[in-house]
Amino acid sequence: MQINAELSLSMYEDLLRCRYVEEKSLELFTEGLTPGRMHPYIGEEAIAVGTAAAMKPGDLAVSTHRGGAHLVALKADIVRVFAEYMGRATGYSAGRGGPMHISVPEIGFLCTNGIVGSGIPIAVGAAMACRRTSPEKVVICFFGDGAANTGSFHEGLNMAGIWKLPVVFVCENNGYAETLPVGKGIAVQNVSSRAAGYGISGVTIDGNDVEAVYAEMSDAIRRAREGGGASLVEAKTYRIGQHFSGESNHYRTEGEVQTWKQRDPILLFREKLLERGLAVLSDLSDLEDAVRDAVEQAVRVAKDARFPDPETALRGVYRDAQTLGTGTP
Amino acid sequence: MKMVTYAQAVRSALIEEMDRDPSVVVLGEDVGTYGGVFTATRSLLERYGADRVIDTPISEAAIAGAAVGMAMCGLRPVAEIMYEDFVTISLDQLVNNAAKMHYMFDGMVCVPLVLRTQCGSGRGSAAQHSQSLESWFAHVPGLIVIMPSTPNDARGLLKSAIRNDNPVIFIEHKMLYFTKGPDTGSECLPIGKADVKRVGSDITVIATSWMVGRALEAAELAAHEGVSVEVIDPRTLRPFDTETVLASVRKTRRAVIVHEAVRFCGIGAEISAIITENLFHELDMPVKRLCGSDVPIPYSAALEPHVVPTVEDIHSAVTAPT
Repeated sequence: MQINAELSLSMYEDLLRCRYVEEKSLELFTEGLTPGRMHPYIGEEAIAVGTAAAMKPGDLAVSTHRGGAHLVALKADIVRVFAEYMGRATGYSAGRGGPMHISVPEIGFLCTNGIVGSGIPIAVGAAMACRRTSPEKVVICFFGDGAANTGSFHEGLNMAGIWKLPVVFVCENNGYAETLPVGKGIAVQNVSSRAAGYGISGVTIDGNDVEAVYAEMSDAIRRAREGGGASLVEAKTYRIGQHFSGESNHYRTEGEVQTWKQRDPILLFREKLLERGLAVLSDLSDLEDAVRDAVEQAVRVAKDARFPDPETALRGVYRDAQTLGTGTP
Repeated sequence: MKMVTYAQAVRSALIEEMDRDPSVVVLGEDVGTYGGVFTATRSLLERYGADRVIDTPISEAAIAGAAVGMAMCGLRPVAEIMYEDFVTISLDQLVNNAAKMHYMFDGMVCVPLVLRTQCGSGRGSAAQHSQSLESWFAHVPGLIVIMPSTPNDARGLLKSAIRNDNPVIFIEHKMLYFTKGPDTGSECLPIGKADVKRVGSDITVIATSWMVGRALEAAELAAHEGVSVEVIDPRTLRPFDTETVLASVRKTRRAVIVHEAVRFCGIGAEISAIITENLFHELDMPVKRLCGSDVPIPYSAALEPHVVPTVEDIHSAVTAPT
């Protein structure tokens, strides 16, 4: 699928922003500025960006432990993302959550989630709520190939099938469930073939091709919006980065990583833009510099942000705790 | 005064809240067409339709997870997990998501869900359908845990639970569903407030759920022997009404805690610690616990009653307290 110049360039910009934010977050980890570890999305950005481009304002997304690029693609404020990564008061969760626990309701971003597979039933419930209160909305549920082996996947997709819910399941098959190669964890060639067992549409696409992602997600989202029910879109990609920052890479060969770097989704799309004459080299270089500068600037602002008052750690477990009777919650 | 069963009281609370607030929905196994295995959701499907009374597959993880997603998106789901034993399968959603979201998202999200379930022994349901796991939930910051012992408490507290913006684990008891009690027609009862079920002056019994009735029977027997027993039902285990319990024990100087769950790490250990930490020098005897034995609930009618505190056990404890 070929898409227009404006959208192409905007997706290219988003791909860059996702990549640079991920790279920067790894630097912050290396500098000792993040209390916890990062789960980099490097190499998978086409899925987040192609999907976000296919969504409409008001649509909802449920994300994973590797959710940074989902946030960026959905236009979260990257200053607040970086601030959260560094545990600052201005972070999306005021430093309480970190990368795996961020919610940005104003952009429809329900949550990242540290438990593999756990977001799937949540997306199902969100779709049930949408059907009841705002039937124009569709829920996007991101998860990896590892999550496809959890009970939550089976239970959630089955419910979405029986109730024809407006949800699109996006399986980011990045080749490894933590360190387990997908072929050792899944007996079938494609996760998408499991869709047949739930009576929903299932398809496998090249997850490194942002246009293919955009095209397939546009179809799946339209079907969901028109009452056609749920879909499972398996986007095959590769996690060029580590499972988590600081991880040993001995479970895969350098050759394998290098091979996939040749298929870097950003480079692939860049070549296409140039080939089609949608941009000239200098335009793209300028854009790359501009996005990189903006990301650098965001990091600088986030680095200057204050830390939360330690006393805030003890607050906010309950909504309206003072109304909960005489007891100590 | 009108008498109702505990099951009817639960059903009344659901109806009143569903009438009042269109965002309240019910989901779970056999809650719709069948009307709930203990009849608590009978005829709700006809009344509110399949949009709001949702029969689910046997998928306890996704029932809880869907309830979390619904609650995040503006509904007030009341999910039923048929037996508390099956809540073990829902725990990821309750413990990792529902309980923590408000805190870890810095208040950006709240999760106003109620998970109704029922616990306990007494029906020959054996080890996987008879547990009392309330202390598991009470151990998790972010959850509210309610265990009503009477129809009126069930009704008033379920209404409050549904209106509350926090996740609530609402634990009914299988042996209480068909017990009757007065329906005062009261509105919501306060969460986190214990109820003094019987006023007394010599010894305080703190009992939960099914054990409240047994404690009251034992108190009646003891009264004939000149021992005045105060019986307190905490009703809510988290938040726990420390004030009411301490006020009673300060008066009686003696406390016995009765629950059906096993002793080790049971809620009685926490209550005992609360009393001891606050009233150590005022106590006339060590705090005593009567609890379920440290075994799975056995099946045989010859075995099952043997592992749960009886009226006689409580009577002995209060009349010969040391």
